[in-house]
Amino acid sequence: MASASYVETQSRPAAFWGLLAAGGLFMLAAFAAFLHFEHSGHAVTGMDNQIVWGIPHVFAVFLIVAASGVLNVASIGSVFGKPIYKARAPLSGLLALAMMAGGLAVLAADLGRPDRLIVAMTHFNFKSIFALNMMFYSGFFAIVAAYLVTMMDRSLNGYSKIVGFLAFFWRLALTTATGSIFGFLIARTAYGSALMAPMFIIYSFAYGLAAFLIVQGSMYAWNGLTLDARILARMKNLLAVFVGAALYFTAVMHLTSLYFAKQTDYERFLLLDGGTYTAAFWLGQVVVGGILPLALIFAPGATQTRVIAASVLVVLGGLAQMFVTIVGGQAFPLEIFPGYAVSSTFQDGIVNSYSPVLGEFALGFGGIALAFLITVVAVRVLRFLPQDDFAALKAED
Amino acid sequence: MKAIAIAVLWGLTFAVAYAAEPGRTPLPAIEIAKPGQCVEPKDVIRRDHMKFLRHQRDLTMHEGIRTKKHSLNECISCHASPKTGSVIGEGGFCQSCHDYAAVKPDCWDCHQPKPGQKSVAGARP
Amino acid sequence: MSERNDDRRKFLAAAAAGAGFVAIAPGIRLVEIAAAKPDSEPVTAKVRWGMLIDTTRCQSGCTECISACNKENHLGETTRPRTDAQWIRKIDLKELKTGRVLSLPMMCQHCANPPCVDVCPTGASFKRADGIVLVDRHICIGCRYCMMACPYKARSFVHEPHTDQNPEVPRGQGCVEGCTLCVHRVDRGGTPACVEACAAAGHNAMLFGDLNDPESAIAKRVREVKTTQVRADLKLDLGVRYEGI
Repeated sequence: MASASYVETQSRPAAFWGLLAAGGLFMLAAFAAFLHFEHSGHAVTGMDNQIVWGIPHVFAVFLIVAASGVLNVASIGSVFGKPIYKARAPLSGLLALAMMAGGLAVLAADLGRPDRLIVAMTHFNFKSIFALNMMFYSGFFAIVAAYLVTMMDRSLNGYSKIVGFLAFFWRLALTTATGSIFGFLIARTAYGSALMAPMFIIYSFAYGLAAFLIVQGSMYAWNGLTLDARILARMKNLLAVFVGAALYFTAVMHLTSLYFAKQTDYERFLLLDGGTYTAAFWLGQVVVGGILPLALIFAPGATQTRVIAASVLVVLGGLAQMFVTIVGGQAFPLEIFPGYAVSSTFQDGIVNSYSPVLGEFALGFGGIALAFLITVVAVRVLRFLPQDDFAALKAED
Repeated sequence: MKAIAIAVLWGLTFAVAYAAEPGRTPLPAIEIAKPGQCVEPKDVIRRDHMKFLRHQRDLTMHEGIRTKKHSLNECISCHASPKTGSVIGEGGFCQSCHDYAAVKPDCWDCHQPKPGQKSVAGARP
Repeated sequence: MSERNDDRRKFLAAAAAGAGFVAIAPGIRLVEIAAAKPDSEPVTAKVRWGMLIDTTRCQSGCTECISACNKENHLGETTRPRTDAQWIRKIDLKELKTGRVLSLPMMCQHCANPPCVDVCPTGASFKRADGIVLVDRHICIGCRYCMMACPYKARSFVHEPHTDQNPEVPRGQGCVEGCTLCVHRVDRGGTPACVEACAAAGHNAMLFGDLNDPESAIAKRVREVKTTQVRADLKLDLGVRYEGI
């Protein structure tokens, strides 16, 4: 069995430190925002008693979902035994850890009482899917770290298949649980659906692979290498499959909802009257996140640049989707008295408005910056750049 | 150069030794507003007051047990400073010891550090 | 002779006052003649606290219950309605098809199957044995998941630091909170501040008591008249019921 070998990345110290500085600046901004929120309370954010989860959650959940999905590349290598994916497995594992760390950091920073993280780690209500998620996240770090070790340490290579299987199933459980955070909510029309869990799984595949392609493309460009056209073709087609599946799930969910008379008010809001949310859904999630990438991928003459562009669009579409799901679902008023028009001092019966402040975006980008910094340092220090074994590739053809 | 370094280090050692002499260690300025007997013996309460409070809070919150012995409000009613009326702030009973021990309790984010009336007006006969 | 008449008069006056205090109107007793639970005894499931709100007696502009709640729990005036805590609020309803209007107070419904308790990751949101749903602010991490889960938007998040708390009602920045059914009063034999204020204002729209006690006023009333639970389709088994919806 031919094995791939890895190289360290090219030197270019000035540019490297420049990247670190850029990432560091974003992290500083995020930290400043975090301190401001913690000191003065959430009153200084755009979040209130109506929109309780805002922009930080959009970024955090996106990063967590994409982190689980980026491990897919390694899973296809270990679980399904495809050599070109096996060569990419360590980078995929690293990205999974980095993005998960970034997402969780943002989530923790947005807590009302982040000083009580220890309480969150020691008091568990096992009926809460949120508590189960916390256990899944911790296990994820341990398992993916073990997976990386088995892949990168020659003497432990034999264990990488079984740890890879464990990582695969753990990740499916984790993403199912993440989708169920919304799926188990009975109160709101936007959530409370068994479809949430598998939908998040498909989203994770799409966003994770897109993120991987962006990072891989950047690493190749940095090192002056070109990705083999056949590998590019395989990966771009896989991205297209995932993006198509995500569009399918979205269509099924909304079409089904339209058959439920009690849910048509919300569907009308989302698909027609919702202003920002309608735009974010159609333009962001469907067009930018779905149709445009598919067009870019399937148009004849797909180059590396076009595939990376498609991946960037998928990521942007993913952020739009999280915004629509998380914030849009809260903007639509709770139907406490179906069949009645209501009004009160507590914003009952009206579409809730939300004006995020800069600090919330700073916090969100801080999560991306953390993932970025971890990745940049790790690929510098360890061997992550896949050097494909073309003999094996030819044999596969 | 080496001699100077040795001299400085010895000087520091003596300084620390002097500081550790009894009477030279800074102590918290504890004002007991109402001298008398605390609900537990002095050494027990000093060491374990956080345990009593933590146990009591679970009993009160989850089981509605509102006995006075380890109730935080009862501590405050006795220990509130006569000057400021509070257990935190300048010369506050809890503040002085906790400043000394450099342990920040987060009780006062939620709990009122000043004693107040019980609000059970118009209750059952 | 006049001494005996005086004594008799005093006795009759005291008896009348006592009876009046206990029975405001035929069949409606606002206070229960029952011994308050001793401080050292835990609450049990023998009691289930509930509230009955008669929306036919509730007027649209009246906010007595809200003022009482704000005063009792030191919530302050609602100057910033989007971020200020509102444990109870008045909702004005208009039935879309018929045009019928009504008004009612909405607060935590103290469900027997509370979704907020199911979703809380640390178990801070919990249901006490006697049915009152509370937030244990010692272990609340402020994740706001319970606020996403509540079908009645009963919970508020504390968006800023506070220093003017009622010693009986600790509350502070970063935790989630909601109507406690004035648990600090109820445990000592009292009634919630909103119920008391509504009675004091003469509207008598709110009734509080033990749903498990077949002799209590509230248990009798829910046996006699039709009462509804809001969003009964969710099958949460609420402690708060409404008349006239």
